Amino acid sequence: MSKIIITIVGKDRVGIVARTCNYLADHNMNILDITQTILQEYFNMMMIVDISRSETGFDDMARELKAVGEEIGVTIQCQREEIFTSMHRI
Amino acid sequence: MINMQEVLETNNMIAHEKLDVRTITMGISLLDCADADRDRMNQKIYEKITSYARDLVKTGDAIGREFGVPIVNKRISVTPISLVGAASCRAPEDFAEVAKTLDRAAQETGVNFIGGYSALVSKGMTPAEKRLIRSIPQALAETERVCSSVNVGSTKTGLNMDAVRLMGETIRQTAEATKDRDSLGCAKLVVFCNAPDDNPFMAGAFHGVTEADAVIHVGVSGPGVVKTALEKVRGENFEVLCETIKKTAFKITRVGQLVAQEASRRLGVPFGIIDLSLAPTPAVGDSVAEILEEIGLERAGAPGTTAALALLNDQVKKGGIMASSYVGGLSGAFIPVSEDQGMIDAVSAGALTIEKLEAMTCVCSVGLDMIAIPGDTSASTISGIIADEAAIGMINQKTTAVRLIPVIGKTVGETAEFGGLLGYAPIIPVNRFSCESFIARAGRIPAPVHSFKN
Repeated sequence: MSKIIITIVGKDRVGIVARTCNYLADHNMNILDITQTILQEYFNMMMIVDISRSETGFDDMARELKAVGEEIGVTIQCQREEIFTSMHRI
Repeated sequence: MINMQEVLETNNMIAHEKLDVRTITMGISLLDCADADRDRMNQKIYEKITSYARDLVKTGDAIGREFGVPIVNKRISVTPISLVGAASCRAPEDFAEVAKTLDRAAQETGVNFIGGYSALVSKGMTPAEKRLIRSIPQALAETERVCSSVNVGSTKTGLNMDAVRLMGETIRQTAEATKDRDSLGCAKLVVFCNAPDDNPFMAGAFHGVTEADAVIHVGVSGPGVVKTALEKVRGENFEVLCETIKKTAFKITRVGQLVAQEASRRLGVPFGIIDLSLAPTPAVGDSVAEILEEIGLERAGAPGTTAALALLNDQVKKGGIMASSYVGGLSGAFIPVSEDQGMIDAVSAGALTIEKLEAMTCVCSVGLDMIAIPGDTSASTISGIIADEAAIGMINQKTTAVRLIPVIGKTVGETAEFGGLLGYAPIIPVNRFSCESFIARAGRIPAPVHSFKN
């Protein structure tokens, strides 16, 4: 399994989750977990996504999701899960 | 599974507290490039470096993108050139040619520095090592990315005072040779006692002869992360303070460990060590001095500074050692004056003197680092400062180093500008009393006794 953490931060509006999930579905990426919250009027969402069945590479995914974010006025960042597990798990 | 809090904490460290991996350094052995023919040796050196490090920068950048953490520098260290060139370099100019080859290889591979234009002379100097040291001013003036270091002593061998004297002269000549750039050459020249074989940080990196053919070392950073963590425990007792530093150092080091393993795997080169050093940059919020201020000092240099630094250094090691099984290099807090905004401010405010900096080097890595001194400082005074610093390392069984920049044409009250990561520095006054007769003595200071610790 190749897990990617997607973080989305920005001003709340209609369609943020929809647009992101459409992209993931179109590229055969499976969502394992979603957490979201509104912090000081800002929409914060974290998704854990498995991209092992997708034919899209990490760099393309990161670039294309960033572009999706720019279209709807939020910041979308992709990172491999290991940076978080190595920092926060012994 | 990872939760949102943890993701936000990590990304906050990267975005706002300047967490980064300071360097991926590839160590490459050049021992098999030695040749009686100078040109053939240069050719072999160029080919070996550019073949091993061909994908270093590309791989480092890809890892940085995938984990979302900046990997600031990609660098190379090589076997001390005094050994590699001993058979064919019959004049200092021959060695300077090797420096140019290293510079070309660095440019070709895209790394910003290449270290290892070095000589290890802690007990004695071969003719080749003397020639390399004499070539340093020319080598550093005529190259852009080459870094040089000379080890003049160790706990086991004592101090080679002939080399200490020669290095005082060499630093002055290097300053003269680069005086049109505020004596920048000296910023790429380090004099060590107890130099480690596996240091990834410049300017003192070289690939020791005890190392494998090629190896990946990683230097982490994160003074800003430690400072922010300490802001949350203001006024708490020492136990809480130390726990906070340890936990933060653990997290920072784990990022380095991950990057090191990934780089090692992708490049097909074994992983060597993680260097735990807290390395500052001239950017605000990326300063070791600011951590000392957060611990409770008005300025770095105030009474209590040495104790606070000792505490910081020790906790960083304790946290870091838990995070990686292979810790090496210099590992501690760096206090380079020109590369740390808080240090620069402390010197400008008159809080920090070269004598206090010397005391601070007794308890942290690495030494009197990136300190601009008046351009008319004599070679013997520079040698005296080197001898003092090396003596601290020799007696205390630790690495110490001196990277002084006598800024030709400038004096106390003026500022030297080095640019980029090397920063800028107010020129610091140096004791004006002479040590000439002491430095003029030939020979060695014997190795210290290893018992009767007092």
